[in-house]
Amino acid sequence: MAAQESVGEREDRSAAGVGARVRRKEDDRYLRGKGEFIGDIRFPRMQELCFLRSPVAHARIRSIVKPKGAEAVVFTAADLMGVKPIVANSRLPGFKSSEQPVLAFEKVRYVGEPVAVCIAATRAAAEDLAAAVEVEFEELPAISDMLAARRPGAALLHEEWGDNVFLETVVDADLEAIRRSAPVTVRRTFRTSRQCMSPIEGRGCVALWDRRLEQMLLYTSTQIPHIVRTGLSGCLGLDEGQVRVVAPDVGGGFGYKGILLVEEVCAAFLARKLGRPMRWLEDRREQLTANANCREHYYEVSAYADRDGRLIALEAEATVDAGAYSAYPFSACLEAAQVASILPGPYKFDAYRCRTWSAATNKPPILPYRGVARCGVCFAMELIMDAIAREVGREPYEVRLRNLIPAKAMPFDNITNKHFDSGDYPECLLRAVKAIDLPALRERQKRGEADGTRIGVGFSIFCEQAAHGTSVYAGWGIPMVPGFEQAEARLTPDGGLELRVGIQSHGQGLETTLAQVAHSELGIALERIKVVHGDTAITPYSTGTWGSRCMVMAGGAVASACRELAVRIAGIGAHLLQVAPDQVKVRDGKVIGPGGSVDIAEIGATWYLRPQDLPDNVAPGGLDVTAGYKPQRDSGTFSYAAHAAVVSVDVELGAVRILDYVVVEDGGVLINPMIVDGQVYGGTAQGIGTALYEEMSYSEEGQPLASTLADYVLPGATEVPPIRIEHMETPSPYTTFGQKGLGEGGAIGPPAAIANAVNDALHPLGVELTELPITPRRIVAAVAAAKRGRSEG
Amino acid sequence: MKPYAFDYARATDVAEAAELLAAGGGEARLLAGGQSLGPMLNFRLVRPGLLVSIAHLRELRAAQETPDAVMIGACVTHAEIADGRVPDIGGGVLRGIAEGIAYRAVRNRGTIGGSLCHADPSADWLCTLTALGASVHTQSTGGARAIPLSAFVPAAFRTVLEPGEIVTAVSIPRLSLGARWGYFKAMRKPGEFAYAMAAVLDDPGRGVKRAVIGAVGGAPVVLEGESATPEAVEAALSGSGLDDLERRMQKVALTRALAKAA
Repeated sequence: MAAQESVGEREDRSAAGVGARVRRKEDDRYLRGKGEFIGDIRFPRMQELCFLRSPVAHARIRSIVKPKGAEAVVFTAADLMGVKPIVANSRLPGFKSSEQPVLAFEKVRYVGEPVAVCIAATRAAAEDLAAAVEVEFEELPAISDMLAARRPGAALLHEEWGDNVFLETVVDADLEAIRRSAPVTVRRTFRTSRQCMSPIEGRGCVALWDRRLEQMLLYTSTQIPHIVRTGLSGCLGLDEGQVRVVAPDVGGGFGYKGILLVEEVCAAFLARKLGRPMRWLEDRREQLTANANCREHYYEVSAYADRDGRLIALEAEATVDAGAYSAYPFSACLEAAQVASILPGPYKFDAYRCRTWSAATNKPPILPYRGVARCGVCFAMELIMDAIAREVGREPYEVRLRNLIPAKAMPFDNITNKHFDSGDYPECLLRAVKAIDLPALRERQKRGEADGTRIGVGFSIFCEQAAHGTSVYAGWGIPMVPGFEQAEARLTPDGGLELRVGIQSHGQGLETTLAQVAHSELGIALERIKVVHGDTAITPYSTGTWGSRCMVMAGGAVASACRELAVRIAGIGAHLLQVAPDQVKVRDGKVIGPGGSVDIAEIGATWYLRPQDLPDNVAPGGLDVTAGYKPQRDSGTFSYAAHAAVVSVDVELGAVRILDYVVVEDGGVLINPMIVDGQVYGGTAQGIGTALYEEMSYSEEGQPLASTLADYVLPGATEVPPIRIEHMETPSPYTTFGQKGLGEGGAIGPPAAIANAVNDALHPLGVELTELPITPRRIVAAVAAAKRGRSEG
Repeated sequence: MKPYAFDYARATDVAEAAELLAAGGGEARLLAGGQSLGPMLNFRLVRPGLLVSIAHLRELRAAQETPDAVMIGACVTHAEIADGRVPDIGGGVLRGIAEGIAYRAVRNRGTIGGSLCHADPSADWLCTLTALGASVHTQSTGGARAIPLSAFVPAAFRTVLEPGEIVTAVSIPRLSLGARWGYFKAMRKPGEFAYAMAAVLDDPGRGVKRAVIGAVGGAPVVLEGESATPEAVEAALSGSGLDDLERRMQKVALTRALAKAA
């Protein structure tokens, strides 16, 4: 590791460095509506693209007839000479490869799959063209359900596979003796619905071919510009040097923009072929019906415990609906393959068996959404814990305490070899129990509610692996494996600092937090530090922003680069002060010696403009340092959190209201606690969506049943209650400042905590819900079924 | 999601709008607040050749009072009613309904007449104004007439308007002293369309007792007089296409509307 001992003295936490609640630098442009997004970018002669998308889920394409006179502005697969399909394989044994054609070739495999692309001066005119294209389909039986996909004799999406399973994984153990002898056995099935990730800004791109540079310039709303460049080069057969990818302001991502898009490949191909800039802007209907799918899981779980609720063993079978193709670069198996390794959660037990399937269905490919796989896993595991608690007649939190990994065991390697780096899980849960005031709620439940509603309280606790690196991803063997993260720190002649990073900030405030890290190292004022990102031409290669990795990886890299830069600044400063380098400190933006100081701006001016004043032995690399960073262990940091929810349930109408919500979170050392709070709020809002609102249903024919935000219900201001956050800050032993990745946790805990709260409220009625989202209809149906059961029983 | 091309005309008065509408045959449509028509255009669910804009017409934006009723121009917005800028029929009833329609942005542009003509079974005005015994006043090149709201919507998204006929105002009877009103709707979240809704008017002074169930997939279901009870709901909805659970939730909605009216 290149990291040096810090020559700079870390600034006080109350100032603007690591740990300070600094307002975001980027807020000025975002909050005043001055950001520049894809939709704001225009070029002369630019054309708009509209994709003709398949209206059927599974069919052979018999013929495509272009509108008369429009043959030159409508493109089909047959026109994309030399363009390669998108392939994202995993090297996990048995993974079956899919080829996602850039435009459908011979077959369509989901409603919304692009069949042709139409070019016109306006989007409306391009849509007119698309409406005039005639496609004849020979329909095939559609696979709209992941369990049906796995049945023998099911229609095949990819005939050459022989089945509809991208990947099957097995963690095996002989549990026969435990099955026979365990005092308590709890079995449940759980189901989570397909969700559409819904950032405010959809996807979009503008492609143009620069004839002077012989280079494709692709502006795109992405989280992973460098990976898009690699993938795009491959599809188009261009050298990577012939492709430059720029991500301007990106209006939310959450994983939705961690993908190479067929639309990007098309736009780039057409821009080069036709010599005109091409723009595609996704609309909300495309986002909902054709593009953004994730989180559809099915679990069968058996837990074996003793009479105190201590887990003896766990076994599970899980199926994840992976859609029609393996999306680049995260592949079709990222969710299911992770399920087996993370299902045990923050608990300690000794026997575990888990099989998973990534099922191919006639639906859009899945993507990793904030809290990848963990929302479903946490839902299954935490509902099982509550079921055990009810079975043994104890408070759910007490059963959890019996099973949580104790603080003194840290660091801890769990049953699936996850290396939990640090923390106090029981303390976290107890704080949540205290903050929500469980005894008072139990009293209130005894009294009942005047308006006839029922009150329930629910908990969830989980850990969140983040910034996991080479050793983890090499095992999965997907198209990109993260290695050293690099950052470039460059002092300008006037004493400002430029930080160049390959990760992409799309709402996380990284333009602020990375500047805080540099400020801690060098003492340069925050407003003089500029974070440059989102351009492959001027930033170091990076796998981008995903997996809650940026604060650990890019934060570490910025610190490493700044520390090396500080050494060089100190060397020049000492010479100007006429003292030895070990007699100076870099601090407050100055080099301070025993008898005086020199401003960093002077150092910059000396290197760039007055080199005659430099010491003879000056480092020729100058004031421009690129450093690479990896944590001491790259198996990931493990932040963790306990969520507690209080809900009221209107039993007659199935309405759920969240009365109180507490998050106790340990993200290690927080670089900017205000930004962390924002991450927790935003994530929790999304988790509330998973718990109560969001569901993309499909008909048996594979038709998406929600095409507007009136049908696909997202939580809004009235659905997100005030969230009370408590922080614990147990430093990670492996990262530069002890920071841990925590961007996703907010979204992981709510489905389980809210479902447990609803079940707590409805338990006296004999109701237990195990399917997400918990809609009014599901509640009313379950209450009615329980009533029928009682009257028949 | 961009509309097909269409022509646009800004009418100078209702008479001209009626003429344009009549001349356009089935190709012309009125544009008031555009809160339903706009999305339908973008989704290409409708393809008018001509849009005749009327939201600005002064004669459609007025409100008048008579001893027995309040007459609200068809292009008065939900927000104007919610903000108390038109007379009320008593007890702040209209204001209360308007405040609960969709979101403020929709209320700012959406109009009372446009909502009725759109005839969405889940819409607030259709259900509540039917319960309140309102009528729409119309004008066409052939003359003017009044249509009771209970006879205005024969089925979901359909009205009895003749081609070229324009709703100019809604007339809503005043409540007597001692009238009781209750309106309840159940939604996934505030502002969304309701999955169960009921309005109840009990106005002994005028001898009116009426309950209306909305959000039923077709025209609102009216329960008059003694049948305006929760017990009557399930039978009244038997042919509605709603399933057991939906009918039961509608019954709950009426029970709660009645409780509000108590």
